Amino acid sequence: MAALQGAVETTAPVSRLHEQRSYDPADFGVPTGREEEWRFTPLRRLRGLHTDAPLPGGKVTVECDPAPEVTVENIERGNRRLGTAYVPADRVSARAFTSFAEATVVTVPRGVVASRPTVISVRGDDPAGAVFGHVVVELEPLAQAVVVLDHTGSATYADNVELIVGDGATLAVVSLQDWASDTVHLSHHHAQVGRDARFTHTAVTLGGSVVRLAPSVRYAGPGGEAELRGLYFADAGQHLEHRLFVDHGERNCRSRVTYKGALQGADAHAVWIGDVVIRAEATGTDTYEYNRNLVLTDGTRVDSVPNLEILTGEVVGAGHASASGRLEDHHLFYLMARGIPYDEARRLVIRGFFGQLIAQIEVPELHARITSAVEAELA
Amino acid sequence: MSTLEIRDLHVSVTDPAGESQEILRGVDLVMRSGQTHAIMGPNGSGKSTLAYAIAGHPKYQVTKGSVTLDGEDVLAMSVDARARAGLFLAMQYPAEVPGVSVSNFLRTAITAVRGEPPKLRLFLKEMRAAMADLSIDPVFAERNVNEGFSGGEKKRHEILQLQLLNPKIAILDETDSGLDIDALKVVADGINRFRATEGHGVLLITHYTRILRYVKPDFVHVFVGGRIVKQGGAELAEELETSGYEEFVKKAGAPA
Ligand SMILES: Nc1ncnc2c1ncn2[C@@H]1O[C@H](COP(=O)(O)OP(=O)(O)O)[C@@H](O)[C@H]1O
Ligand SMILES: [Mg+2]
Repeated sequence: MAALQGAVETTAPVSRLHEQRSYDPADFGVPTGREEEWRFTPLRRLRGLHTDAPLPGGKVTVECDPAPEVTVENIERGNRRLGTAYVPADRVSARAFTSFAEATVVTVPRGVVASRPTVISVRGDDPAGAVFGHVVVELEPLAQAVVVLDHTGSATYADNVELIVGDGATLAVVSLQDWASDTVHLSHHHAQVGRDARFTHTAVTLGGSVVRLAPSVRYAGPGGEAELRGLYFADAGQHLEHRLFVDHGERNCRSRVTYKGALQGADAHAVWIGDVVIRAEATGTDTYEYNRNLVLTDGTRVDSVPNLEILTGEVVGAGHASASGRLEDHHLFYLMARGIPYDEARRLVIRGFFGQLIAQIEVPELHARITSAVEAELA
Repeated sequence: MSTLEIRDLHVSVTDPAGESQEILRGVDLVMRSGQTHAIMGPNGSGKSTLAYAIAGHPKYQVTKGSVTLDGEDVLAMSVDARARAGLFLAMQYPAEVPGVSVSNFLRTAITAVRGEPPKLRLFLKEMRAAMADLSIDPVFAERNVNEGFSGGEKKRHEILQLQLLNPKIAILDETDSGLDIDALKVVADGINRFRATEGHGVLLITHYTRILRYVKPDFVHVFVGGRIVKQGGAELAEELETSGYEEFVKKAGAPA
């Protein structure tokens, strides 16, 4: 927090001027939908998560199945260990921070390599009332771990996930938004990436009515690497929004953002915002962000907004690409001209579109589940 | 014994301005398995249009005429059904298909064409043997279809499919163009292996006579302005070699 608020910036990034940070929801107005960060989100479908409404009821169960080398604690709200890496950047996030009952805190001690993934299951059993959550994953220097956040069931849920990657540590996070179709989920995943640390984050968003996930990265020392990947499949009526923010404020750090999505059915809506800032002091930065959307039917909507702001003259690389389009006719024709029926040709092309992303996920046991979930979307 | 019969075929495309343009203006051609026909013509004469129309590409609208394979109405079939019926088109510009590996693609296509999945072990053996025949590096099996292939590699990959899918009639659209002489010989050997097997016919579309030295045609058709303007034997190709297309283009009154 000190680093964030104390730094006197002579050249503040224009793209973040609207941004405000606070633990107190009262510091943020109730969004109207005209604000830059809310203009794509269907506020009326948030069941009051963004307002003042009291939100009784609701049931979400958080369970952790840790690797044996890892400690897991449940810590009550108000403890000083919570909120050290991340200060909420919007009202829902601040509400979550001041409302959750108990945080799940996973710690991987210095130099320890976790022998298997730690799985945090978040299961919704009742969407009638709002539930708030908080997760902290801290890797001490030189530690290594893989953490899976597995979201299933029906819920109205807002949470913050703090990911602290110590110097020289390696953390891979896979977050599955495999919710039932009535779920509303708003979430911030913020990583603080230490000196020479490596962080990968993969969002797989297939379920839910409204999912708004904001993965962000800040570097706490030079030489850090962050790779943010995402895969989403929006069906009729689904609103799936991913808001990426990579804040390069240290020298010689690297970031890669690769998000791929498919849309089909009436009012399927995908939003991808990719903000990357390279501050004046972040010389030697190497960054690239990429979003690609496959539009499978009429009636869908994609908003894909990359935004790269560079405040230094000395970058190694900085670029972005964003494209949305239909399945290519010439791909389908080529496959069909070899006897492959239309449905199967389509499946092959879509599987190919997502295949490389899925193969990169650090938990091989998940590959089959994600592949078949994507296939199920196509059926 | 198979017969591909093309009768009075007229085909139009929609140009970028949205206007319908007639490209094929009455093509008649009958070919049987055991025969090799060469179609030769200048650029833009409609050779690829003929190939695509037979394969069923949605951009090419047949406005008149018929195409039958052993009496079956080809034009009534979907693209994939035409392939399963025994037609094969080696494309002039094969598409790159990201994320789909050659081996996965070949196995899926073989399954579709043969009607049942080949045993994995047998399939791998068959694929590797065919790749060796065409001097294709085995690593290509795991690369994505045509992605980053050179022009010559794409053409060899087309002939690889020809060999594995074993159609009745193969239409080869400028499979020879852009190949150096070594690659040309490899491709010609592949075509000749296919021709040597009973029940196979080849329609070789080409701009140059070079490949006809390695793949001797039984019939040569000169194609200008969307139709066949002259037919003959292999000697017609030699004539074209010396005199070129100009005379035919002038006579046809069509822009080349
Ligand atoms: N998909 C298409 N859309 C519009 N025009 C086309 C299309 N395909 C071919 N044409 C036109 O049809 C004519 C014949 O093209 P093509 O069949 O490719 O000739 P060739 O293969 O003999 O060089 C050309 O004038 C070309 O511009
Ligand atoms: Mg052509």
